[in-house]
Amino acid sequence: MPQHPIELLRFNTCGSVDDGKSTLIGRLLYDSKSIMEDQMEMLERSADITGGGQVNLANLTDGLRAEREQGITIDVAYRYFATPKRKFIVADTPGHVQYTRNMVTGASTANLSIVLIDARNGVIEQTRRHSYISALLGIPHIVFAVNKMDLVDWSEERFREIRDEIEDFLPKLDTFSDVKFLPLSALDGGNVVDPSEYTPWYEGPTLMGHLESVHIASDWNLNAFRFPVQWVNRPNNPTDKTLHDFRGFSGQIAGGIVKVGQEVLVLPSGRKSFVKEIQTFDGNLDEAFSPQSVTLVLEDDLDISRGDMIVGTDSLPGHSADISARVCWMEQRPLQAGQKYFLKHGTQTVQAKVISLDSRINIQTYEPEPHPAELAMNDIGEVRLRTAKPLVFDAYTTNRLTGSIVLVEPSTNATAAAGMLRGPEKVYQPEYDDFMI
Amino acid sequence: MSSYHLDHLEYLETEAIHVLREVAAEFERPVVLFSGGKDSICILRLAEKAFRPSDIPMPFLNVETGHEFPELIEFRDRRAEEMGAKLIVRTVDEAIEKGLATATPGQTSRNKLQIPVLLGAIDEFQFDCCIGGARRDEEKARAKERFFSFRDSFGQWDPKNQRPEIWNLYNGRLNPGENMRVFPLSNWTETDVWEYIQKENLEVPNIYFSHARECFFRGDQWLPVPPVHDGNGTPDPYEGARPTEKEEHRTMICRVRTIADMISTGMIESPAESIDDIIAEVAAARVTERGTRADDKASEAAMEDRKKAGYF
Repeated sequence: MPQHPIELLRFNTCGSVDDGKSTLIGRLLYDSKSIMEDQMEMLERSADITGGGQVNLANLTDGLRAEREQGITIDVAYRYFATPKRKFIVADTPGHVQYTRNMVTGASTANLSIVLIDARNGVIEQTRRHSYISALLGIPHIVFAVNKMDLVDWSEERFREIRDEIEDFLPKLDTFSDVKFLPLSALDGGNVVDPSEYTPWYEGPTLMGHLESVHIASDWNLNAFRFPVQWVNRPNNPTDKTLHDFRGFSGQIAGGIVKVGQEVLVLPSGRKSFVKEIQTFDGNLDEAFSPQSVTLVLEDDLDISRGDMIVGTDSLPGHSADISARVCWMEQRPLQAGQKYFLKHGTQTVQAKVISLDSRINIQTYEPEPHPAELAMNDIGEVRLRTAKPLVFDAYTTNRLTGSIVLVEPSTNATAAAGMLRGPEKVYQPEYDDFMI
Repeated sequence: MSSYHLDHLEYLETEAIHVLREVAAEFERPVVLFSGGKDSICILRLAEKAFRPSDIPMPFLNVETGHEFPELIEFRDRRAEEMGAKLIVRTVDEAIEKGLATATPGQTSRNKLQIPVLLGAIDEFQFDCCIGGARRDEEKARAKERFFSFRDSFGQWDPKNQRPEIWNLYNGRLNPGENMRVFPLSNWTETDVWEYIQKENLEVPNIYFSHARECFFRGDQWLPVPPVHDGNGTPDPYEGARPTEKEEHRTMICRVRTIADMISTGMIESPAESIDDIIAEVAAARVTERGTRADDKASEAAMEDRKKAGYF
């Protein structure tokens, strides 16, 4: 067992076709000794058959038959490796333009995003798109990995050109807590795990060094307590008589910290109570924090069900049926005003209608184009929605869990959009407080 | 490091508990696939953590090929009883009798025959969601698997057309006849599973630990010599799966790393007598876990093909 708690870092890699994403992941796995002999044998076998003898590390993640036939990555592939310092979950997200929805999927849970750039091609449309999506999804840390440096003779000038071009547009995104630029070669391994001998001009860490040390402990929201009730815990016919009247609320803390004795507000009912117990299978806790899964028992017997939110009384969320969101559209059938969808938010699903399409974001310029007729697959835009029941929510930029929605197409049940909520125009107003005083 | 911070096992645990509670809340008739193997042992503990003090609100299901290790069956039955759960067992033999499955002549492995049995059980009990212990790190085709993996009314998986899975908002919506497979351990590795078993002090079947066993070498695997068939005029269930005179066989000090049935499970030589030993062994291993599974070696896309047809 490790001597100290091992942190988990989730990152995604994005780039366009042939930027060498899969090769980079293969390199990280290979150099951290996470590739096993039978995998290596299999790679060598397929290299002899199809690769003209050249081992293709991409075959490690591109597992589907169609992917290997076409030499492309179709879907998000998850890979796992560990070093003595950290454990890593990698989402390898395909770069091809029609698969942007996969990048949103992979990026939604990431702490860090690696945007790959081919040193020969420099910044292309995909680079701007991937940077934008990383910012849109609120990923705190971003790395611009300038790959294939070996093919431009490890030119410092070329690296600086690319960095300058990115730094020109970065202020428009302005959401990252830290940004790194790294010259590397996934193929020969330079600056991936070991420093390259060809970059004496580069003084930063290797990619692995950065992944192992970047500060992620404050990536979770610990400010405002948010607890979407997931499952009402009421034992049926318990043999233990003390459980006869047991009523707990199970869920995963989506933000903040909760303590025994603390006053809480149940939304949308607006009833107040105090936390009596924080239960887990391993015993009761004095306090719990995001993203722990716990069961709360309150002092008062309130009517609470799945979809309700228990929150702290110090910092209140929004409460409204009229919401604005930035959405990434993921369906063949375009998004248009007037359409109805199921909307998932936290632990509830409600019907929602598209009131208006306010803009589509131009991925090249990052400028909004006002009032488009529709959003097609892979488009990103601002929409206004009205929900059949008011949502209790936060701005996505404040809380990734209480500020996110997905839209589901009712006829096919397909997941049609990922949405990031705008901040509420007004927070929840406790109506009866004045009367109670 | 601040005290308001989860280590990797705590993170994986809270993620899995969240997934299990989503299943309980969103599906009408979910079921836990419980084989007695190490991954499903973790699922059971996570279910206890998700639902206690309530009962686990779903039954357990296991599909038997008829070639199981007896130690595993004993463990499975005992564990289900200890947990007060309803255990449903459906077998390939029954399915062959009922005409749901057809044995391929000359093919002793019944791995593929589990597919119609599983689909038959889903139909029989109208299960709308099966919780499995599969992990993405096990196999390439599984690396593309979702937590909530949609299956059409034929039980098929369409890897090119999966629902995007964003944040922790899982889309569990189904039309009648469709089905969801849910994998709470998607993000766990083999090492994570053993570290969790150690941390939680979970019992595992003793075939995971070093023991002496008669094995024979076939393909590139050491396979267990099946139990003696006493005849009585019945056909030998292990016909074709017994060592021939040409095949090397010997008593090995060995254990299993991953369990299928006796025909598909390669034994590894190992002195590992404790969970600590196993964790050290996995850390030092130079072949993957499923490198000891004969069923995956049929072709490079063997797992993808079985999953498309409705495999676990």
